[in-house]
Amino acid sequence: MTMQPNRLAVGGRIDRGTTFSIRFNDRDIVAHPGDTLASALLANGVKIVGRSFKYHRPRGVFSAGVEEPNALVQLREGARTEPNSRATTVEAYPGLVARSQSGWPSVDTDLGAIVGAFARFMPAGFYYKTFIGPFRNTRWWMFCEHFIRRAAGTGIAPAAPDPDTYEKVNAFCDVLVVGAGPAGLSAALAAARAGARVILAEQDRDLGGSLLDQTVGDTWLRATVDEVASLPNVRILTRTTTFGAFDGDVYGLVERAWDHVDVPPPHQPRQRYWVVRARSAVMATGAIERPLVFGGNDLPGVMSASALRAYLNRYGVLCGRKIVLFTANDSVYATAGELARAGAAVTIVDMRSDLPEELRSRTAAAKVDVLAGFAVVNTHGGKAVTAVTVAAVSGREGGTKGPVRRIDCDVVGVSGGFTPTLHLWSQRGRKPRFDTDKLAFLPDGSIPTLVCAGACAGADTITDAVSSGFAAGAKAAAAADFVGDAGALAPPKLADDGWQRGAMLISAVRAPDGEIPAKSFFDLQHDVKSTDIELAHREGYVSVEHLKRYTTNGMATDQGKTSNVNALARLAELRGSPIPAVGTTTFRPPYTPVAFGAIVGHEIGRHFRPTRLSPIHGWHAARGAAFIDAGSWSRPRYYPVSPGEDVQAGYIREARHVRAAVGLVDVSPLGKIAVQGPDAAEFLDRVYTNMFSTLKVGRLRYGVMLRDDGFVFDDGTTARLSETEFFMSTTTVNAGKVMARLEFLLQTAWSDLKVQVTSVSDQWATIAVAGPKSRTLLQATCGAADLSAQALPNMAFACAAIDGVPVRIHRMSYSGELAFEVYIPARYGHSAWAELMRVGEPFGVAPYGTEAMGALRIEKGHVAGGELDGRTTLKDLALERFASTKKSFAGCVLRKRPVLEDPTRPSLVGLMTIDKTVSIKAGSLLFPATGDIAGHGDGHVTSTTFSPTLGGHIALGLLARGPARLGETIRCVDFLGGTTVNCVVTAPCFVDPEGVRQNA
Amino acid sequence: MLRFKCPVCGLRDETEFDYGGDATVVRPATAETAFEPWYDYVFLRDNPRGPHREFWHHSRGCRQWVVVERDTLSHDIGDVVLARDAVKENRS
Repeated sequence: MTMQPNRLAVGGRIDRGTTFSIRFNDRDIVAHPGDTLASALLANGVKIVGRSFKYHRPRGVFSAGVEEPNALVQLREGARTEPNSRATTVEAYPGLVARSQSGWPSVDTDLGAIVGAFARFMPAGFYYKTFIGPFRNTRWWMFCEHFIRRAAGTGIAPAAPDPDTYEKVNAFCDVLVVGAGPAGLSAALAAARAGARVILAEQDRDLGGSLLDQTVGDTWLRATVDEVASLPNVRILTRTTTFGAFDGDVYGLVERAWDHVDVPPPHQPRQRYWVVRARSAVMATGAIERPLVFGGNDLPGVMSASALRAYLNRYGVLCGRKIVLFTANDSVYATAGELARAGAAVTIVDMRSDLPEELRSRTAAAKVDVLAGFAVVNTHGGKAVTAVTVAAVSGREGGTKGPVRRIDCDVVGVSGGFTPTLHLWSQRGRKPRFDTDKLAFLPDGSIPTLVCAGACAGADTITDAVSSGFAAGAKAAAAADFVGDAGALAPPKLADDGWQRGAMLISAVRAPDGEIPAKSFFDLQHDVKSTDIELAHREGYVSVEHLKRYTTNGMATDQGKTSNVNALARLAELRGSPIPAVGTTTFRPPYTPVAFGAIVGHEIGRHFRPTRLSPIHGWHAARGAAFIDAGSWSRPRYYPVSPGEDVQAGYIREARHVRAAVGLVDVSPLGKIAVQGPDAAEFLDRVYTNMFSTLKVGRLRYGVMLRDDGFVFDDGTTARLSETEFFMSTTTVNAGKVMARLEFLLQTAWSDLKVQVTSVSDQWATIAVAGPKSRTLLQATCGAADLSAQALPNMAFACAAIDGVPVRIHRMSYSGELAFEVYIPARYGHSAWAELMRVGEPFGVAPYGTEAMGALRIEKGHVAGGELDGRTTLKDLALERFASTKKSFAGCVLRKRPVLEDPTRPSLVGLMTIDKTVSIKAGSLLFPATGDIAGHGDGHVTSTTFSPTLGGHIALGLLARGPARLGETIRCVDFLGGTTVNCVVTAPCFVDPEGVRQNA
Repeated sequence: MLRFKCPVCGLRDETEFDYGGDATVVRPATAETAFEPWYDYVFLRDNPRGPHREFWHHSRGCRQWVVVERDTLSHDIGDVVLARDAVKENRS
């Protein structure tokens, strides 16, 4: 195995006893358990991990956490590949494969870097100006997009289906603690001791937060973790990012349960999406180190100072031998001592000139050089930093004065202070306030159920974090009504440097000539430089939100975790306003990128939503029916008689058979509502346009409902079972909506009516028996009941029994044939169907599906979904005769609006093709036989079929002045298919308009 | 996700409910034949910034219509009462 040049012989939290190999850009990299991909790359001396988004500049690992702007890799291969993976959070595992996302032919030699030479031609707003300006409405963008997207290098989405599974968990707790650093652990302990059920969620593999990057404090950490873990009311979730805080104290978490292996074990999900409903929460999310901006601050080797500490103490990696630490706060001093002890030559360049004596004496003892009152102006080096230029600080705005000095180095650690991670708090619609002492945006206490603690609330040291965390835990528990005694918690014993004493915030370092060097990058991920921000300001983009969109500063996968504050400090400078006046951009979920798979979980393919099945479904499946999705239902479309029979042949055969003999169709999905109570008839009179109080017991009536705005809502047939009980049927698709509306009316405006409505859709199976032999079949099946035309006229019902099971037989016809609907208790639906098929065999009974049912109803001119589209009135559908003039009903006033009474409104007609061999496409627009085809025409086609009875193609449509145009030839134009079909306008009913057959 | 304290079922997720529109409008009597009151009821809505009352249907729960006080600015949820009671109060 190859050497790991930067790996120290001792120290860190990795397991040196185990060694494995991973592959990065086709190179073998040695790693240990406990490594991240980034720590392994740094240990192996890999400097360049990617090329920048716009200028293809070489970039190296910058951070050791989720804020990483540079080290984005394409993780894994094939169907499991994942773009934009942060090398700093990807746990190393044996066999891990990752590649840089940009750079051609390689990241080390990227020909795309030539773009950098043209940098001045690609300023902020380049794309808007180029592709929306002069080339607007041309195909130029389409042409260029392909090449630009390739050049940008943002990784490749997998093309194959994801072979892994994902889970969704609904969880509840009293206190959710986000983050398990010193503050979060303390908060979890306090809340749990007070008796609250706690979920402690940590994005890292290990608990401890910043303590993991230190060499001291382990005793405290171990004791605290042990106690938290021992409490039965605490659930600890590691590798779990709380990415969103939502209304109602609901939080979105994603647990990377098995992301640290190539292939999850059998039956284990790769990730879990947790929806946590918390009575209260503690946000202990810490703070992210802010870079300093100076010339060439993007070269590989320029890193966050706290990352250098993390790589040293957690991973046993010394990133450089000659290290410059550039800072304006105290936090790097402990790091400097540790790096020096590990063997590096360390120079601190501190912009502050009056350093506390205590810091000076510590650095002297650790043999660390300090240049106080100096700033790094520029870096040197081609593919990695080899030296820096420093100059004396002049003023507080980042200015410097000559002479400059050059210091050789291989790593520059930068710390401009820290930015509290207040995303979750801000996602709840709050704007943070800028604290001019702490030089940071901070949350306030305005959300009683979300208590902020630790560094994200402005705590400067670990001691502060522990005390604020413990107090926050108790406070959050109290907010959830747990006020038990939490006792006390002593902080760890460690020398603790904060970042706030005498800290300064500058936007960028200026060279002695007063200018910000050209290659001073604010946003590393999107290559945003000072000149871009200046241009945006000059062109009037002076709000932070505009600045973000125009320059792309703070966009992309890292969402500006390292870049935002510096960029808005620069904008504030340009505007001449203080930072609080400029404000910050809006934080939105997710905090870090979340895979779609995790959110979708099992809800893919057939599991996207529940599939509703009729109680007779098993019979259809056994018969080999071809099913079709109809709303949430899976219904038999047709029953192929041979494997080769297509749907066209199948439905024509089935429809023909119904008109010739007898067929069964499963209409169980119809909506069914029991309407009961002394005022049931009055209620139906109000909701239906026609009268129901006059309906006799034992009879059925077709009814139409309007919406309050006067348009047709739904139709169906309702039976009067007794004086006070009706059995309503609705269309399948509107079953839920009708039920909700009836409940609404009864619970609000009409609560004085004594009526109970109950959905009984699932309690009844319904079989329509249709065809000239239907009575013969039913009579043979039901025996005792008298189903003769005299005893059971059309639109009446009778009670009977099939195989001893009581059923209700409604005589009504949708097909136009002599027909019945048999209502059977759902659990006997299957056996009743089978019995009808058995008894019907001598009569030639055959099942038919939804396609034939549709063909039969179109032949009869009955309206259905295509016509009841929410835009049609009674008049439009030739149903005006169902509007009672003797009573008021819902929609009766607004249906009379003049615009709805307009005689030129398209109304229902039949259409028959002149050439019997061509079909009509539903949705075709209708135009007169001659003239231009322009505009929306005179109407459109709503339903189409081949008519077995007429031997040609027919349709229903809505045509302006339709009833006056019978016999006229019109054109049906299908703009999508580009075809025109000539048709004759007919009455909507094509077959047996007198109803002789159904009244037989 | 909003959460409502249903008077029947207790605190429940928004996903169990369907939105039912403005609860401050009053439905005209069924016998009302004038055009204006119906036009106002069906089409005219205020768009308040701040506290608002709206109908929600606990359709995947107890099937009760409720009136929810919701702040359109902050999404803070106030009282949730049965529509049956709220509408009676509206009228009186």
